[in-house]
Amino acid sequence: MKRKKKKKYFSRGVMFFLCLVFSVMFLLPTVLTITNSFMSETEIKANYGMIFATTQGGYVSKTVNLKFIPDKVTLSQYITGLIKSPDYLLKLWNSILLVVPIVILQVSVASVAAYSFTRWRGKIRSGLFFFYVILMLMPYQVTLVPNYLISSWLGILNTRWSIILPGMFAPFSVFLLTKFMRRIPYSLIEAAKVDGAGEWEIFTKICLPECRSALYSIAILVFIDYWNMVEQPLILLQDADAQPLSVFLSQINAGEIGLAFAMATVYMIPSLLLFLHGEEYLVEGIANSGSVKG
Amino acid sequence: MMKEKLQETSESGNSEMKRQRRRARMRDFGQSLCFLSPSLLGVGVFFIVPFFVVVYYSLIDGVGSRNFVYLDNYVRLFHNSAFQTAAKNTLQFSVIAVPLAVVLPILLALMLEARIPMKSQFRTFFLSPMMVPVASVVLIWQVLFNYNGTINEFLMVFGADRIDWLQSDYCQIVVMILFLWKTLGYNMILFMAGLANIPKELLEVADVEGAGEVYKFFAIKLRYLSPTVLFVTILSLINSFKVFREVYLLTGDYPYEKLYMLQHFMNNTFRSLDYQKLSSAAVVMAIVMVVLIALLFKAEDWFGKDVEG
Repeated sequence: MKRKKKKKYFSRGVMFFLCLVFSVMFLLPTVLTITNSFMSETEIKANYGMIFATTQGGYVSKTVNLKFIPDKVTLSQYITGLIKSPDYLLKLWNSILLVVPIVILQVSVASVAAYSFTRWRGKIRSGLFFFYVILMLMPYQVTLVPNYLISSWLGILNTRWSIILPGMFAPFSVFLLTKFMRRIPYSLIEAAKVDGAGEWEIFTKICLPECRSALYSIAILVFIDYWNMVEQPLILLQDADAQPLSVFLSQINAGEIGLAFAMATVYMIPSLLLFLHGEEYLVEGIANSGSVKG
Repeated sequence: MMKEKLQETSESGNSEMKRQRRRARMRDFGQSLCFLSPSLLGVGVFFIVPFFVVVYYSLIDGVGSRNFVYLDNYVRLFHNSAFQTAAKNTLQFSVIAVPLAVVLPILLALMLEARIPMKSQFRTFFLSPMMVPVASVVLIWQVLFNYNGTINEFLMVFGADRIDWLQSDYCQIVVMILFLWKTLGYNMILFMAGLANIPKELLEVADVEGAGEVYKFFAIKLRYLSPTVLFVTILSLINSFKVFREVYLLTGDYPYEKLYMLQHFMNNTFRSLDYQKLSSAAVVMAIVMVVLIALLFKAEDWFGKDVEG
């Protein structure tokens, strides 16, 4: 018996150690981005100059130093990015103008649709729901061409709407929200009906309040997904001035790595805050997407 | 039950009731449609209608001339060497990466399920890659895997030769690590939720009867996890297509041959505006995805048939 217990502690220790190792690997890029954003340009160049060998001038070390802690903490990168050049702030604003409408509109459209899928069922409608699931699972490369075609017909190519409108009708939220709503006890709806409430009333007064946390968790998931989008704006927005920061960041050239780290950190703040504040919701949201059926 | 009730009522009442029921059903249908219509309309306009146009484009010989050529575009596509390379690489990548993206998170979830300290912190850490901006991921991957990068420095300390990670056959490994790094946390949460749904009594009974951890896992847990396994497999398949974002930013339009995937093919074809090639490729991809998803559904039906309904 004693030996068994010992073995248990030993295996737990091993697992703990493994988790620690994994944690370091998972956290490394996040931590590096944040700490390196406080380095001066010269320090960045000294550390990473070798990688982007095109950058000339200044001292370039022969080896690459992966450094966590800056020699001298400086806010110079942030000052350059946020105050000296308006470009980054503009792009950040573009990101907000794209993502916030998508989150609000997608969740709104989806909540109504999810109510329909929850409240009424039939052969046609369950077939339709399955179709939504399939659509949700299509890789972006498949929907890319249809997306582009419809945008050019509607004349919204190169405008924000070419990204917002398809985002608004993306089936992901419908799927997830339906799964949440189906867990609302049916007696609640039935009782409201007996009291003479109309469908719209049931929807707004019972359904929405009941799945408030679900709406929140879906909003977080949608936000994080679109906040980091790259493909859609690259293809649908030719105008560089309209690009969100997620695209612009990736185009910062090699001479400005330090700036890239700083701006990436700035860009990470909204998702980081949402993440830390709503982690429980986020986890619940992910957990509920767990199976495709039903 | 409804039928029995109906039989009890008289003939005239029967038809009256039928009419009422039909009317109620019509009203229900109308109402459900009302609520669904915004979404349905949008999905129709932005996804379904244009997709049919894509199918149409894949069957004609040019947007200008509009002659039906039936499957010629598809034949040409399958003979296209770029498409062949892309399809082969994508297949190779998915066959290795997707199973890893299913198995590793199960192990992580099982580890976090065991009573170890700092559980919730670990969960947070594992999820953190979700919010790192793509650009900084790419930067850091460059720092790590560059020819002069950290990993090679590390190798040299041990006297091993440097590897040109992104310009050799190792490149798929680099992308695979990136893919796994991004998806493991999310998938792990899914499996943790699945594990939490297993009836405790069942595991307790197994404990009493002296079943080992391994046996418990294969005989009980895996069975109950099968819907999650299905979902994670599909999700990882989709996500394996999404890594293109990072690969593209890491290596550009024309990467080392082994990294040239379907996504590059689509992207480059899109640039050249070859609608026929593009639409037939999109249709082929859609068909392959639907078939794969259907197969996975079947597999799950077969595997998980004796647990819950």
